[in-house]
Amino acid sequence: MKRTGPFVLSVVIGLWILVAFFVKPLRGAQQTLLLWYTIVGAFALVVGLINLIQSHLRNLQRGQNVPYSLILLFGFFGTLAVGIYAFFQGNAFDPYSPLMWVYGYVLAPLQSTMFSLLAFFLASAAFRAFRIRNMEALLLLLAAVIVMLGRIPWTEHTFAGITEWIMAIPNLAAQRGIQIGVALGAIGMALRILFGLERPYLR
Amino acid sequence: MTARRIVYTLVFLAVAVPLLLGIRARVKPSPPVKAAYEAIEALPESSLVLIGIDFGPSTMPEMNPMYEALLEHLFRRNLRVAVLSLQSALDLPNGIQVLEKVARRFGKRYGVDYANLGYKPGLEAVIVSLGQEIRDIFPEDAQGHPLDSLPMFRGVHNYNDIALVIDLASGGTYGSWIQFAQARFGVKLLVGVTAVMGPETYPYLQSRQLVGMLAGLKGAAEYETLIQRPGLASRGMPAQAVVHLLIILFILYGNWGFWKQWRR
Repeated sequence: MKRTGPFVLSVVIGLWILVAFFVKPLRGAQQTLLLWYTIVGAFALVVGLINLIQSHLRNLQRGQNVPYSLILLFGFFGTLAVGIYAFFQGNAFDPYSPLMWVYGYVLAPLQSTMFSLLAFFLASAAFRAFRIRNMEALLLLLAAVIVMLGRIPWTEHTFAGITEWIMAIPNLAAQRGIQIGVALGAIGMALRILFGLERPYLR
Repeated sequence: MTARRIVYTLVFLAVAVPLLLGIRARVKPSPPVKAAYEAIEALPESSLVLIGIDFGPSTMPEMNPMYEALLEHLFRRNLRVAVLSLQSALDLPNGIQVLEKVARRFGKRYGVDYANLGYKPGLEAVIVSLGQEIRDIFPEDAQGHPLDSLPMFRGVHNYNDIALVIDLASGGTYGSWIQFAQARFGVKLLVGVTAVMGPETYPYLQSRQLVGMLAGLKGAAEYETLIQRPGLASRGMPAQAVVHLLIILFILYGNWGFWKQWRR
């Protein structure tokens, strides 16, 4: 029963949500199930948060990575306090609320900075990875260089035509092949889960 | 100084110097961006355009310029704009700030010219439900106003009443819009994606499931050129271009070293 119950529930709900895309009368229940999914997901988030806080409190007790754990705990509880304050002020998502200040001046610059570091890693990786070891590597390198030149304002007038050809013909063919392969794989995996041949949720 | 430090220092200078010097560069609009511009130009005045804000703070520097340029064009053409988010609740605050900023510049009024429908989980189910009746899934806007109380939604029920859907995505949400809104309801769909996602949208451009596409800062700069209003993207393009040139030089240098090693 411990395994059969979750299995039956998963199969029935999975099929219900799928069939409801095509059968209108089932759509009301589909929306309710999706709402429950969000609520269950929120509980999983709470469990994850508790685990994260416990883990960093343990770090503080043991004296491991203290500065990082302190920053995380300060960031977490600080944002939570600002959020609760803004919520009771009734303007949590107002563009000028304290919570949005944290969003705009702390979270956004931090995430943007993390993402922009990619430029540095990419330059370093390109320096090492694009070595002409064989014919395939040469073709890859030529395509990369031409597309980059086609994206540069000072050279695009010369390379824009060939860049657009690379994107619209060889790139398109490769992308379509990959996407069809991925879609077939996803359908196969989804059917295996729906019919209980794969049960990752029971592990 | 190790090779990696030299590379990082040069990349830093390549980004910082053009930005500090305020170098300008003209970009040539590519066919997917021109198609996006023409699709908006072809919309009848006061049509409703739905924009999915599905990018977070990490991709803001790349996505915000194209969002701003698109809003500028939409408001200039007196089109009504409704925004929603289907990927994460954290995507909307930035989207609203930009929307308010551009709407203020054009003197547009909330509920009449633009509205915020808010975040709704259940991506595919929401997209399908919008094809039946918008009020089933969004009975009220993000501020709690009933949809019927907002003049811009008068007579709006489903995709038949929405002239264009634009998904600004840093993830896979645009694929769901293609599968469930375009393929099923024939919705006119335009996407704005990050530069790395650009190549994967080409099959949908060829099959005409997308009416246009803007990719990354370059796509935004091209759009700014088309609407003749240079903005954030046009200012950022020279820095990106210098880094591209630098990467090409690094590749050539790396291969020269490799060739020398091989000869020995």
